[in-house]
This record gives sequence, structure tokens and C-alpha cells, in this order.
Amino acid sequence: MEKKRSLKFILGDIFCLALIILPIAFGIVLKVLFTPASNGIEVTGARIYFTIHMPIQDLPITEAQVNSWIVILALLGLCLFLTHGIKKIPDSKRQLAAEWLVEKASGIVGSNMGEYFVGFTPFIMAIMGLSAFSSLLTLVGLFPPTSDINIIAGWAILVFILITYYKLKAGPLHYLKSFAEPFAAFTPMNIISEVATPVSMSFRHYGNVLSGSVISVLIATGLQGLSHMIIGKLTSFPLLQIGIPAVLSLYFDIFSGCLQAFIFAMLTMLYISGGFPMEEYFAKKEKKRKKKEQKV
Amino acid sequence: MELALGIILGCCALGAGIAMVAGIGPGIGEGNAVAKACEAIGRQPECKSEVTTTMIMGCAIAETTGLYALVIAILLIFVAPGILVDVLKSALG
Repeated sequence: MEKKRSLKFILGDIFCLALIILPIAFGIVLKVLFTPASNGIEVTGARIYFTIHMPIQDLPITEAQVNSWIVILALLGLCLFLTHGIKKIPDSKRQLAAEWLVEKASGIVGSNMGEYFVGFTPFIMAIMGLSAFSSLLTLVGLFPPTSDINIIAGWAILVFILITYYKLKAGPLHYLKSFAEPFAAFTPMNIISEVATPVSMSFRHYGNVLSGSVISVLIATGLQGLSHMIIGKLTSFPLLQIGIPAVLSLYFDIFSGCLQAFIFAMLTMLYISGGFPMEEYFAKKEKKRKKKEQKV
Repeated sequence: MELALGIILGCCALGAGIAMVAGIGPGIGEGNAVAKACEAIGRQPECKSEVTTTMIMGCAIAETTGLYALVIAILLIFVAPGILVDVLKSALG
């Protein structure tokens, strides 16, 4: 089936694809420019690209921040590409893919959070996509933003604010009373478990990604030493480093990264819908409505 | 000075190793969870996807304590020696 596409459509496509590819290329160029030459494999944190001088404290712009912006831009490009030229009756593969994704996403959110929270689908999927693609950024050789605690802590604090907002929906008194459950002596423990929510969420994701990269580096170093031992000092041919680290990368980069993104999104959904006092909220709403009617 | 440096570096490494003993707990816990999930799927194969999702969530939460230990171990290996050596140098002048 031959389809004629107008020049405008093709230009739009090229723009979307450029929005995906150019930021990643920019990230690679930045990484090449800022990485000092060294012989050997080492574990490093995020490099500081440059520092903005601020009155109270200097604001360093790190590799992790820049890479997370890259992921945001590339995801935006991907979304624009998938939704470019959508019609009421789908006639392209990309529209079918986009519709399938949206349907799946709202299905997951609806089945986990209930019908009341279906409006949360874009937020949850944005966090999930951001997290998954941040971890997958290692595949092009860039520093994954998810192995920096600052980035994940930002997401976790955002989620924590949302959880608290939904807990406060039934009034501040109800929120304070929920700390004294099942009885008053449990208050300190409840406060600790409340504070532990963002901490455990961020540490879980960060620890998983970081431990994967540390283990990968350790094994790569070990293989380097082993192949050095086997073929001696004659050549520096990487005998054992071919192929074996790729199997590890399959698990640590692809599987673990996507799994952690899924877990982060699932926990977000469960915490938000679990913290929301549905019955009390609707009872309160009903009471307000009746009061208004009585006044009228 | 050298003795103090050696003690600092050695104890950081030892502490990191001991911290990772906490990995035993999540290992046993996740093993139990997966075993029970396998039993459940064997009994009711039609609810495989739901059991798998719940199991993965449970595993992720059971893993948290192990990851706390991991973060402490990583801090002890990569961060603590630098700080402690700086403290030692400023104390000795």
C-alpha cells in the first residue's frame, strides 16, 4: 500500500527523530570532552560539568542532571514521534503502538489504583518511562541518572508530597489521628515509617542500579587481570573481556533497570491509593453538600 | 601516621564486609517468597500474572534492608576513608 506523505509531515518526522537523537549525541560529546584520559577501569560518581555561583551555596551542574535532561528531551521526542499525524481511524503503525501503550497504561493504573485515580495515568507513566529510560541510558555509554541518589531522591520527595496531599484530603485532623493507630503508643513508630517511605523508595532504586554498575566494573576489572595472566604481557588483547560483560549488562542494565522502574511506579500507585481515605473523603463531601442544601 | 592510616583503611574495608552480612536476610526472605509463589502458580496456573506481580512487589520490599546495608558498605568503601584520612591529617597537623 503506497502512501503519499506531504513534505510538511516528513519534516515533522525528521524534527521528532532529531529531538530523540541529538540530545543523546550531545551527551556523548559532553562526556568525551569532560572525561580525563586514564588507563584502567574505575568506579566514579557523577562528574561536575560546571558550577553556577549562587549567593548562599554554589550550584553544581552534574553529569546526572544533564543526562536526566537528555532523557526528558528524548522521551518528549519519542512521544511527539508516536503521536505525529494521528487520525480518528488509525492508518499507521505508530498510532497503533501509541494507542496500545495508552490503553495498557490506563489498564495498569486502573487495576492498581481504582477508577477514582485513572487521571493519574500520565504522571505514573511519566515517572516509569523516565526511570526506565534513565537506566537504559547506559546502553549508549552514558552515566545513568538513576545511579545518583539526588535524582531519585527528587522523584521520591515528589511522590511523598503527593501521598501526603492525598492523606490530607479528609481533613488535617483525620491525618493527625491516623498516626495514633492502632493506639497512641504507636505514634513514634508511625512517624518513623512515614519518614521512611521516601528514603526506602529512593534507596531501593538507587542501590539496585548502583550495585549493578559496581559489580559490572568489578567483574570487568577481574576479567582484565585474568586475560592478562593467560596471554601474558606480550599483547594487550582483551581475550576474556569479549562477550562476558555483555551477558551481565543484559541483566543489570536492561532487566534490572526496567524492573526497578516498574517497582517504583507500582509503589507510587500503591502508596497514593493506599494513603487516600476514600470513605471519609466522600462522607465529608456528602456532609458539605447537605449543609449547602440546607442553607439554600 | 602510617599505622593510623592502615587501621582506618582496614577497618573501613572490614566494616563494609560485615555490613553486607545483612544480605543473608533478604536472600532467605526472597527465596521464601518465590517458593510460595511457585506453589501458588502450581495450584492455580490461571492467576500466574497476578501472583508474579505481587511476588515482585514483595521481593522489592524485602530487598530494602539488604540495600540499606549495601549503601552503607558503598559509603564505607568509597566515601568514609577520604573523610577519615582528612580528619586524621588535620588532627596531626
